[in-house]
Amino acid sequence: MTQQMLAEYFPILVFLGIAAAIASAMVGGAMLVARQKPNPEKLSAYECGFEPFDDTRRRFDVRFYLVAILFIIFDLEVAFLFPWAVALGEIGWFGFLSMMGFLGVLTVGFVYEWRKGALDWE
Amino acid sequence: MIAAAAFYLFAAVLIAAAVMVVTSRNPVHSVLFLILAFFNAAALFLLAGAEFLAMILVIVYVGAVAVLFLFVVMMLDVDFAKLREGFQRYAPVGGVVGAILLLELLLVFGTWQFASDAAGFRLNPAPAGVDNTRALGRILYTDFVWLFQLSGLILLVAMIGAIVLTLRGKTSTKRQDIAKQVARSGSVNLRQPALGAGLGAIGIERPPVEPPPGEKPRQVEHAGHGHDHGHGGHH
Repeated sequence: MTQQMLAEYFPILVFLGIAAAIASAMVGGAMLVARQKPNPEKLSAYECGFEPFDDTRRRFDVRFYLVAILFIIFDLEVAFLFPWAVALGEIGWFGFLSMMGFLGVLTVGFVYEWRKGALDWE
Repeated sequence: MIAAAAFYLFAAVLIAAAVMVVTSRNPVHSVLFLILAFFNAAALFLLAGAEFLAMILVIVYVGAVAVLFLFVVMMLDVDFAKLREGFQRYAPVGGVVGAILLLELLLVFGTWQFASDAAGFRLNPAPAGVDNTRALGRILYTDFVWLFQLSGLILLVAMIGAIVLTLRGKTSTKRQDIAKQVARSGSVNLRQPALGAGLGAIGIERPPVEPPPGEKPRQVEHAGHGHDHGHGGHH
């Protein structure tokens, strides 16, 4: 069973190998062939430009974080739906109602966030 | 044999990525190595036959949790060089705390009783002839219904907590409330003018709109002469 399943994933392994080979060939080829003349002036700002290599961390709006958290929650909700949908014929009405309760709890949260305006950007 | 080779490859990359998560200086690089570790762990799940868990690891952890980690790392403007400054001074205290934790973990695992058929289950992640997703679906929603509902409640708490903590009351922004607009009365009047009466009959006056003089004859002239001359600049 596992062997069969793994055989279906073998093309992905081949694909990973090809991708790694192409990526390393590109980076390695650029290192070997390209002309390299390092100069400190190349890494400095030209007159009034910004620094080319600077700390990229900037403070940004916390609302991005809120959107990401809400995305994770509904992502997990959908992830729970997959095994349920596959096995729905075997778990009967109890399994069906169990999932309906789960979805109902999360719908309460969904209504809450909708009414609070957490889904509106501005 | 290919599966065994792939296992050792993915396991080696996983351990290397995990070491880089701990040792790399830039926390953003740490998160990126963590994503690499997640991918390799997903491949190991796949090799063990846990197909659904592998896909969930990629979707949830790589797609969502790693993004959150990146957000946290970017949002906390921590100077890590300053954070590491007192390392030598605090090392003995930290070592004592770590040793106590290690001792507790050893006590827990030393007295751990494995179920008699746990070893057999570990080698067969799903019963014979059933794929991993179906095996999970058979027991998750019926046998473990309370844990399943509990996970739903935890997600609800996370949702409400995130909204309460991060959503500020923005009083300055103006939103369009369609229901309020429709329900508004008094300032909007519907009138029924007579047919063909025009705006003047119901008391709305407008200044007459006249085209500027000289506009119309020039257009007529252009149309009459066609494209033979005078259009060089337009092409």
